[in-house]
Amino acid sequence: MAGHATNEIDGATLWGGKVSPFSASYGKLMMWFFLVSDALTFGGLLVAYGFSRYAFDGMWPIGEETFEALPFLGNGFPLAYVALMTFILIVSSVTMVLAVEAGHRMDKKGVVKWMLATIVGGFFFLGSQAWEWSHFIHGTEFGRVALSDGSSAVVKGEFGKIKSFTVIEAGHHAHGMVAGDEITNENIDASEVDLMHAFQHAASAGHLHGTADDLTITLHDGTKAKVNKEADKNLELLIKEAGSKYSVSLPSDVSTRLSGEEAIAEYYEALAHGNVIYGANLEQNEYGPKQYGQFFFFITGFHGFHVFSGVIINILIFVGVLRGIYHKRGHYEMVEKTGLYWHFVDLVWVFVFTFFYLI
Amino acid sequence: MERDDVIEYSLDTHHSEEQGKKIRKKIWMVTLLLTIVTAVEVALGAMVKQGSDAWFTVKILFILLTLLKAGYIVLTFMHLGDERKVLKWVVLLPYAIFIIYFMFIAFTEGSAVALAM
Repeated sequence: MAGHATNEIDGATLWGGKVSPFSASYGKLMMWFFLVSDALTFGGLLVAYGFSRYAFDGMWPIGEETFEALPFLGNGFPLAYVALMTFILIVSSVTMVLAVEAGHRMDKKGVVKWMLATIVGGFFFLGSQAWEWSHFIHGTEFGRVALSDGSSAVVKGEFGKIKSFTVIEAGHHAHGMVAGDEITNENIDASEVDLMHAFQHAASAGHLHGTADDLTITLHDGTKAKVNKEADKNLELLIKEAGSKYSVSLPSDVSTRLSGEEAIAEYYEALAHGNVIYGANLEQNEYGPKQYGQFFFFITGFHGFHVFSGVIINILIFVGVLRGIYHKRGHYEMVEKTGLYWHFVDLVWVFVFTFFYLI
Repeated sequence: MERDDVIEYSLDTHHSEEQGKKIRKKIWMVTLLLTIVTAVEVALGAMVKQGSDAWFTVKILFILLTLLKAGYIVLTFMHLGDERKVLKWVVLLPYAIFIIYFMFIAFTEGSAVALAM
């Protein structure tokens, strides 16, 4: 700030002490300082993620194997959904910068139009993230299994549809069903939700018995039934933790995966022993070490919280624009400052995308 | 001079309709670039498997493309490139020094933990 007395800066930019560090207004400079500190938080989180990733090495899940589902379309689209989310956020960043540009021309209509688009984009991103979290928490149809030799594996393939359960021995809440009756999605007890839920619940509780072709299930009420299920297609086991028999599968070499009869036998043996995890919570998850789930929830959650607060701040400023507050003031600096925050949220996502999903 | 504290703003950031046209064109060019880079990243991620021979090169490429995207967002969208040079470096340099140091420490330590396990 030395020599400020000789600097010719327009009076409107000067701070209370009649100087203007970096020729920036007070509000904008403080926003930059805040963003640097916030970037340190996210940087710290991502570096901690990197630490765990290095420490766990081959056990760590791989983005394109974990995130490959699309709404309504099922599996087999590696990273497509995250790429869509990235695109949504980039576009909303673009509409924000267009709002700032319109503000510089004192074009109120333009600011209104582009800020509205930014807010809509923000809601789209939040909605996408809600789906992503829901999918991550509920998990896949196969889950992750611990095999007989002590290794553990994630499962790829097409899960054969469960058609019905044939009652072998009715339980105490069987709605008058007797042996030989069919339990379907229509008449299953409400506490089981549907056949798939009943199946997964029984599998993780150790209430499934038998082999792939001859599975029996015990439901909540004690009903014993035969599972009528189509055969799984292309079932493959990707070993993530080595056991006494199987070693870790390499992502780059398909032949290191377990497939065919052996995979089916191992998978259903694990199910029959209750050695399966579906989905994710803070204690365990089907994708990898528990730290993986924790980092997923914390990093994407913390970022999502930033997006949410960004949308709220954008709405507040948007109301200000509509009421003409900034137009009367003679400049749209408030739009520029909320814009800085919004772009920062996009910036963080660019890094999360690369380091959490791609690498 | 007398002034209202609310109205503290660098007036030189206002621009005309004509300048605006140029700026908007630049914004759309950057949008196109960011979209293409993201598409390339996803395509590469789907084609090159982790652990294959090409993976190391692709990983480095991912990091470089990410820094490219980040650069365009910070310098163009956040207008840091249009601020005074000294502000630009006050924001970028301390952060870069700290994070590079932090990454070095954490990844070295992480590899050591992996060896010990």
